[in-house]
Amino acid sequence: MLLLQVLTNGLALGGLYACIAVGFSLVWGVLNVINILHGSMIVLGGYLAFFAHQYFGINPFLFAPFAGAVLFVIGFAIQRLAINPVMGRPVLITLVLTFGINLFFDNAMLAAFNADYRKVIIDPPLGVFEIGSVLLPVDRLYATLLGLALVGALWLLLRGTQLGRAIVAVRMDRDAAALMGIDVRLTYAVAFALGAFMAGAAGALLSGIFPISPVSSGSYLGKAFVICVLGGLGSIPGVVAGGFALGVIESFGALAFGPEHALTISFGLLLVLLILRPQGLLGVKGFN
Amino acid sequence: MMGALLSLSHVSKDFGGLRALDDVTVSLREGEVIGLIGPNGAGKTTLVNVITGVEKPSAGEIRFAGDRIDELRPDLVARRGVARTFQIVQPFPRMTVRENVAAAALFAGGAPSRADARAIADQQLAFSGLGREADKLASSLTLAGRKRLEFAKSLAAQPKLLLLDEVNAGLNAAEIDDALRLIAEIAASGITVLLIEHLMKVVSQSCRRLLVLHHGRLVADGETTAVMKDPRVVEAYLGQRYAERQRELAK
Amino acid sequence: MLRYSIIGAAVVALFVVLLAIGDNYLLRLATTVAMYVALASAWNIVGGFTGYPSFATAAFFGLGAYACGVAQTYGVPLILAWILAGAVTALFASGLGLAILHLRGHYFAIGSLVVADVLREITNSWTSLTGGGMGMNLPLIGGSTGSQAQFYLLAMVALAGLSLLAAVLIDNSKLGVALRCIEQNEDAAQVIGVDTRRAKVAAFTVSSLLVGVAGGIYASWVSYIDPIDVYDVSLSVKPIIMALLGGVGTIAGPVLGAFGFLALEELIWRNSLEFHAGILGLFVVVLVVFLPGGLRSLQGRNIWQLATAAFTKRWA
Repeated sequence: MLLLQVLTNGLALGGLYACIAVGFSLVWGVLNVINILHGSMIVLGGYLAFFAHQYFGINPFLFAPFAGAVLFVIGFAIQRLAINPVMGRPVLITLVLTFGINLFFDNAMLAAFNADYRKVIIDPPLGVFEIGSVLLPVDRLYATLLGLALVGALWLLLRGTQLGRAIVAVRMDRDAAALMGIDVRLTYAVAFALGAFMAGAAGALLSGIFPISPVSSGSYLGKAFVICVLGGLGSIPGVVAGGFALGVIESFGALAFGPEHALTISFGLLLVLLILRPQGLLGVKGFN
Repeated sequence: MMGALLSLSHVSKDFGGLRALDDVTVSLREGEVIGLIGPNGAGKTTLVNVITGVEKPSAGEIRFAGDRIDELRPDLVARRGVARTFQIVQPFPRMTVRENVAAAALFAGGAPSRADARAIADQQLAFSGLGREADKLASSLTLAGRKRLEFAKSLAAQPKLLLLDEVNAGLNAAEIDDALRLIAEIAASGITVLLIEHLMKVVSQSCRRLLVLHHGRLVADGETTAVMKDPRVVEAYLGQRYAERQRELAK
Repeated sequence: MLRYSIIGAAVVALFVVLLAIGDNYLLRLATTVAMYVALASAWNIVGGFTGYPSFATAAFFGLGAYACGVAQTYGVPLILAWILAGAVTALFASGLGLAILHLRGHYFAIGSLVVADVLREITNSWTSLTGGGMGMNLPLIGGSTGSQAQFYLLAMVALAGLSLLAAVLIDNSKLGVALRCIEQNEDAAQVIGVDTRRAKVAAFTVSSLLVGVAGGIYASWVSYIDPIDVYDVSLSVKPIIMALLGGVGTIAGPVLGAFGFLALEELIWRNSLEFHAGILGLFVVVLVVFLPGGLRSLQGRNIWQLATAAFTKRWA
């Protein structure tokens, strides 16, 4: 049945989309910074996976945590150097700042890698699962499961570790957290770096399925926006719900309007949501 | 009700599962100075928010000078003549003291021009004792100064009803006396004043009539000294021990 | 008053000289800077006076450009087409404003940002009206290249003047006070009787009208537009950078910023086509991190004071 296939196509990307968005959501929720750089970080993660595969034969899905680690370091440095000085300043300032960093980042990637799309060719190809009359590509399944695993790991980190609780505390009440002895600046940097980690990992997962190019950074950023507004800021379950929701919406949207309009449909949806229900489906205060 | 300036009929306000106001019915007459007391969390500020349009009541009606105001936006309520001060003072930080007050005169106060607004502002600043600070930035004022600024702003709005939300919090004894004098003068000029307070001294000095809110319900409404002796009020507000002691003393 | 007159006279003199002897390159540069002034000043009304970080400039610019193009396709004469561009954009903006101006901070910024994308896609798809991705040609005005260049310079400068005039008029009006109150404390503004919704929508509409006309004039000037070009996000970001550079929320700030930015752009473009975006990005980072108040932070005596004076003019 066609509709079932379309639904499956959408759900198959849900975990991956959640992984794309969770880092962005974390940074927005904890630092109150919209990280325009997020899409580019995803693309960089993709490139790292691509080259790891090309030169060392490493499977991009397995490489995800390593791509994440590299981005963690880069993200930490960027936050410390460029973003920390403007913490707490008005939205205009922080937004323009991350815009500027992104311009530089994007340009650097374009210069280094040029705009051609690269595709990780997995050999032998992973193939497709057949469940009744529905086809489920294996690469998407892997990506989604791994994506969910990474998101789950982040969730556990936030709940169970001291670092995680520090991040949550700073998010809820920065001054109180400082009074309790938490190093707020360090926490901000780590939170941002974690966001970068998730972006890098998501990029690696993406590279196993889709072609990558610096040109696509904007669309990943767009997806992250929409997922956050769909699922509500400040909750990981929300991001997961938003990820699956966007996957399904895009899938049906592609059926109705054609796949080239996917991003526009997402943005149109975003606008409607912002106008009617900005807190999203599961919007929650705090970060759990 | 005849002659009522402000009347609330069975007003309730729920925040999710919490009932902040529970079936409140009360009328304020023109020219009164009424006190509103109650323990923390009793719903006093919510009541002010609901009257001024910052919150919409979940049930009930609010009428001001005969017209319903419970559905109106805050700026419309302000323009009808209801002014309020905030517990946590909210000035326009990068405007001068005079500009702050002039803004209130220009919008809620209906001044026809910026020049007129300025004149009214100077008047109110003199009245509130802020004449010398007129050109300073609002953010540079002390707490007492900011409280006076709140006064001056609310007066510049030419209100018929003035809701003062804990104006005396954080002030020392001398500053409180000044505030009380101001309130008396305001009342003398015909403005109806609702004074939300924690300090008994203030309320007993300034208010003929006292309302008591407890868990969102209006538990007392009457002449001040009588209400203050009402055992239910004493118990609710001041605690069981104090109530028992009062009963002992009464014997 | 004297300061402004001196500056004004100097600018007019410069402009006249340019018109008389400027070569096409200089004329093009001047037209660009005039457009920048118009855009930055228009943005400033919403972003600076009202404090709402609008990224909608690209949406309005593109809409104005296409409105002009479509109008001319139907035979509307040039100047009228520009006015129509402004009117269409203003109408759209008033509706959009009612929809998104209740949002604050990031939500408003993002909402305003994605509007351009949605409009671009609609423009792209509506091939019968707009030519879609192939773009649209606009009729050329007659005359030599030189006289055309002069004409468009005149048009842009007039718009820039209008944009500044709008800012000055608003700043000196009751609306200006309302916007200032909203910018400093929106909740308190409501409580003292400011109709915040009406004030915000008014500011948004005026701002968009100016940007829409700019889009229209631009479209005629370059005589060929396509969706990617006129809805480009840089059109949203550059005016903000200019305002930041010169001083957000002031009258002369956008002007200074526009000139400063153009100077930088010319230097960067001259030197590197490949890295110009990266260098701009770096510049933005440095600007935001080190110079929070824009060039005004460098304000010393004399020259700067002359150029940037009267910003803290009190209204009461």
